[in-house]
Amino acid sequence: MAPSPCAVCQTNRALILRPKNHQKLCKPCFISVFEAEIHHTITTNNLFHRGERIAIGASGGKDSTVLASVLKTLNERYDYGVELILLSIDEGIKGYRDDSLETVKRNAKQYDMPLTILGYDELYGWTMDQVVEQVGKKGNCTYCGVFRRQALDRGAAKLGVRHVVTGHNADDVAETVLMNLLRGDLPRLSRTTSIVTSTPSIVPSSPETTSHTNIKRSKPLKYAYEKEIVLYAHHKNLDYFSTECLYSPEAFRGSARALIKNLERVRPSAILDVVRSGEDMAKLVPGGNESCGNGCGGHATIVEEEEGGCGSSNGRTSGGEMASMEKQLTQTEVAAEEGLEVEITTAGTKPPNPPDSDAIPLVSGKKGKKLKGPPHGARKQPAKQTMGQCARCGYLSSQEICKACVLLEGLNKNRPKNSIEVSYDNPEESAPTVNSHEIKCTIVTQISEVEKTKGLIYNS
Amino acid sequence: MSAASSEDVIPITVEFSGGLEMLFSNQRKLDFSIAAKDESGLNSNVAFLVRYLCDNVMKDPRKDLFVLDDTVRPGILVLINDADWELEGEDKYEIQKGDNILFVSTLHGG
Ligand SMILES: [Zn+2]
Ligand SMILES: [Zn+2]
Repeated sequence: MAPSPCAVCQTNRALILRPKNHQKLCKPCFISVFEAEIHHTITTNNLFHRGERIAIGASGGKDSTVLASVLKTLNERYDYGVELILLSIDEGIKGYRDDSLETVKRNAKQYDMPLTILGYDELYGWTMDQVVEQVGKKGNCTYCGVFRRQALDRGAAKLGVRHVVTGHNADDVAETVLMNLLRGDLPRLSRTTSIVTSTPSIVPSSPETTSHTNIKRSKPLKYAYEKEIVLYAHHKNLDYFSTECLYSPEAFRGSARALIKNLERVRPSAILDVVRSGEDMAKLVPGGNESCGNGCGGHATIVEEEEGGCGSSNGRTSGGEMASMEKQLTQTEVAAEEGLEVEITTAGTKPPNPPDSDAIPLVSGKKGKKLKGPPHGARKQPAKQTMGQCARCGYLSSQEICKACVLLEGLNKNRPKNSIEVSYDNPEESAPTVNSHEIKCTIVTQISEVEKTKGLIYNS
Repeated sequence: MSAASSEDVIPITVEFSGGLEMLFSNQRKLDFSIAAKDESGLNSNVAFLVRYLCDNVMKDPRKDLFVLDDTVRPGILVLINDADWELEGEDKYEIQKGDNILFVSTLHGG
């Protein structure tokens, strides 16, 4: 194939093919276009305010590393006047975070940003190693997942920072849109598409008193393709760290993530199309406030911690949750893999189409003609959960005591909450049959994206 | 391959990153020579290289994390001399002497 010239400068050889619009760009033009788009996302959504202190949820991974690099560049180039700091969470698993935290430490130097590493022990009084010691290997990921969901917000509150940015990208958002669509959960879909979310957290204003505040979370990379994030990191030679086997083959196969990547291969614009569709659907959901304009200050969407284990706890559904859904979706997926054309036929929604079609639908007595009334599956109404705050820690919760506090109570009473376990497809007979590598791998898999302890974990 | 003359092989560099190196015994960079012709006597292309890597280099049994449906798994980027392989004909690209072929995973967490 003859080399193509860059579509922007018309001079250099194109090296990048943009998934969103098939534009061919040279390296310098790609870098400047990528940065300009993030700038556009930030300004059109009014994500930042001059004087704001912003914590970047940093893991050393590609997304948060690119986020830190781009935000530093843009803050200087466009004079946002924000103060950027790096915030990393250490779950306290011996050896596990060593490499990624080393990467974050290097990033802190490279980007000249202050770095705070907060351990689960500081945030919760327990490291994951201690939790495992206490509750055993089975079920420990519940703790890890629940703790992780709040860790960045708690950490930010501790630092007196009111805004956390995370590296969630367009692929992450598209994945959660699809997941929620497949689950039929439009309210949650609506929340996940928000570029800004907000969670009440407690702020220690003095040793004795505490006050509640909202921690704002935003996703400046929301419209950035994962592919371009990786290419940006590559072409800018950024120093990032990849965790081990995020996906075991079993978990990855048939996951929403795999579906997204397959869609992208066939039609690269699909990822952004899914994101946009999610946003459009969000507008149709009562109470969904995407329509209020993401920038309208105090009206960030409130999100609550999500149920489920670690595997389902962030933008990437790397297993557990998807695995269970996979069964129900086998047919759909087979179809999707074969032709990427999924036709959903629901008997209940087929128009009755009677021969005497002039009949008014309100005529009762015939089955299957009711247009109103509860549909077959007795769908959940868009649940209006009453969001309150945890009486103990102040974190947003629909229960009086949030999940983390419930788990902590159990731990602190020296009595593991063994009723809460992540259920796998094939529950292991008993812990001893699991070899230690598997355990490590499971833990790694489940927390592999702590860095990506990103906003979606609340709503994925 | 030892009997092959230098005419019959093409020296190339293959790199793995983004976590993919973990499937290749943590090797990030390999310099080696690949046969100039594939099994059918055609000029060796990237598809042939991928088969070669799978059969001869990859020790990890999880081949489907690298290859799916006879091509590089979606979510793994391939850069040929720093250019997206989609600009170069994807796996039909015929390997040239001294090529640098980089496989980057976007699938691994970070
Ligand atoms: Zn250019
Ligand atoms: Zn609480």
